[in-house]
Amino acid sequence: MNTEVDAEMGNTLKYIDEFREPTLARALLQQIHRDSDALMALRTRPLQIMEVCGGHTHSIFRFGLHELLPDAIELVHGPGCPVCVLPKGVIDDCLILANTPGVIFTSFGDALRVPGSQGSLLNARAKGADVRAVYSPADALAIARDNPEREVVFFGLGFETTLPATAVTLQDAKRDGINNFSVFCNHITIVATIKAILDSPGLRLDGFIGPGHASMIIGTQVFDFVPSRYRLPFVVTGFEPLDILQSVHMIVRQHLHGQARLENQYARVVRENGNTQALQAIGEVFTLRDFFEWRGLGSIDHSGLAIAEAYAGFDAERRFALRKASIADPSACQCGEVLKGAIKPYDCKVFGKQCTPQQPMGALMVSSEGACAAYYQYGQYRKHKQVEHA
Amino acid sequence: MLDSIGVVTLSHGAGGRDMRRLLDTLILPTLSNGQHQSSDAASFDWQQVAGDQRLVFTSDSFTVSPRHFPGGDLGSLAVYGTVNDLATAGATPLYLSCSLIIEEGLPLEELQYLLTSMRRAADASDIAIVTGDTKVVPRGGVDGLFINTAGIGAAARELQLGKTPISEQDRIIVSGPMGDHGVAILCARGDLKLESSVESDCRPIHLYSRALLDACPETRVIRDATRGGVATVISEIVQGSGLGAWLDESSLPVRQGVRSACELLGFDPLWLANEGTFVAVVPERDCESALKALRAFPACKNACAIGGFSPHYPDNVALRTRFGGERSLDVPSGELLPRIC
Repeated sequence: MNTEVDAEMGNTLKYIDEFREPTLARALLQQIHRDSDALMALRTRPLQIMEVCGGHTHSIFRFGLHELLPDAIELVHGPGCPVCVLPKGVIDDCLILANTPGVIFTSFGDALRVPGSQGSLLNARAKGADVRAVYSPADALAIARDNPEREVVFFGLGFETTLPATAVTLQDAKRDGINNFSVFCNHITIVATIKAILDSPGLRLDGFIGPGHASMIIGTQVFDFVPSRYRLPFVVTGFEPLDILQSVHMIVRQHLHGQARLENQYARVVRENGNTQALQAIGEVFTLRDFFEWRGLGSIDHSGLAIAEAYAGFDAERRFALRKASIADPSACQCGEVLKGAIKPYDCKVFGKQCTPQQPMGALMVSSEGACAAYYQYGQYRKHKQVEHA
Repeated sequence: MLDSIGVVTLSHGAGGRDMRRLLDTLILPTLSNGQHQSSDAASFDWQQVAGDQRLVFTSDSFTVSPRHFPGGDLGSLAVYGTVNDLATAGATPLYLSCSLIIEEGLPLEELQYLLTSMRRAADASDIAIVTGDTKVVPRGGVDGLFINTAGIGAAARELQLGKTPISEQDRIIVSGPMGDHGVAILCARGDLKLESSVESDCRPIHLYSRALLDACPETRVIRDATRGGVATVISEIVQGSGLGAWLDESSLPVRQGVRSACELLGFDPLWLANEGTFVAVVPERDCESALKALRAFPACKNACAIGGFSPHYPDNVALRTRFGGERSLDVPSGELLPRIC
């Protein structure tokens, strides 16, 4: 930011700017280029590294990191955007809940745009449903306390990052005997998802930039199966540009030394065993589903959570009659292949044509953290440049 | 006082005695600086704007929620918004109309407050409120108070603004920090429970745009960066020009409070609304004198050059990041929704 004219402009933001220091980034990039050149002397194909978390995808594009890495390093944008992977059937159920007389339907803002088969929650709001964006489940519970004559439903979604907040909110609701509040639970778990990706046929990944926020809750040890069973480096990573560059370097170095290890780049936040209190709350309030349907990836065993029996009264699925219908993804969408790194977003048949952030067809175009939306939003200019040079 | 009940009622809009009393005791004395004409339409001598000048005419409606926010309110915004539309056309503001659509139940005290704020803003903008209308609608018809203003200004006939297409030799400047209004409104809404010292930049810009045009008569474009922010305005400027725009991330003026709020909420200051900060395109050779003229005003002391144009990516805006990367800036679609993680 501009600091010439006024001291009030762009004072450094503590704990942020240290991790965005351009000089350090350039030094790291030099090391990455050097080590990647050395590695490429031993390899015949580029190193494909998947960032699991949508927050990483967002940072990579926001800071233009993908352009600064050597061509020999390809970043594959994983399924870590919990909004993108919501199947149409779930959104349709949300619409049923939101259109139920007397219901106030609350949700994180970016889920409001996700299209179901009958439009999005934003469309429902325009037609008169009481749909409200909240910043946390605690806000939704506060709405329930303020409106005792209304039924308040919170759309619970997200990986382990958002699970504790939902769990603690339900504990509060139970303790205080709130009887007009429930959660439509569509929380998902990251470990089962990574396993599903690793087990999918034709996979070519060479390592993972692991999820920083989810690991803050569940710790790092749960990811040990990736290096031990699949022989791939797994580095739990923070979200600032220097975090991501450092992790890429750690993965390159593991390959250079013929290793596959679990490493924690984000040690300033993430502990080996995670957050015990949060895990306890999660264990009390939720139970594993046998399977969960993902947009773009299909059904994955044990990848979803439901509300446990002890909290059955707060489970919107039991409180309201939901169809839980499964609706197939549009056949033209190639979200699955993009998620697994088999193709780049712009290689998809409908990318930027029938499928845009304004009219998303596939999962990955829905939220700003989806790989396709990020490519579309931050990559259009680059595409022009490539056309120009071609 | 006007009414014992203390709020606007439907009878205040019914055209009878109550309405007359509301107009005569509250609305007209508060808004008028003596130039108001009590007929249905105001009339002026043509000579005033004839000769070497052109008339400039614009209209805008104001529905901001909440009606009061740090640095301004609905009343001042309703004046500055229209004054600034005149100013960006290079016009001197002359006359303003004011139409009020009031929801029954609005406290008269608040109405008085907002109208006083309008009058003060009109005085600060050297514009006279000369005509208007008042309607009262049943509860739920509008949210408290909506205001429409239309403004007439006069601009020099030889003004070059908008006549020369932008070129690669031009520079993009902003008159001050970005996103202040957007963050002030977000925080004032209260549902985020965010505290911030950021105030809206809601202010008249006619003196600044005048000074800019005096210092740099070849200014290509002036646009106030309201809804959609600086990024949207620049994107609109390049549409159809055959050029794209580039912005230098390290030169963008953003207050610390705005940056913090954006980091927390996942917004980009380039997309946030402003009500006093504007974007101008000037020839590179005049850039320094244009900035010098602007910086003479305390409100524009952070004016700076933020980018230019390139033929390499027509119709697009690219951001040159501090790391030396480049990325495309898209215009935001739909309403700004917070990200969850």
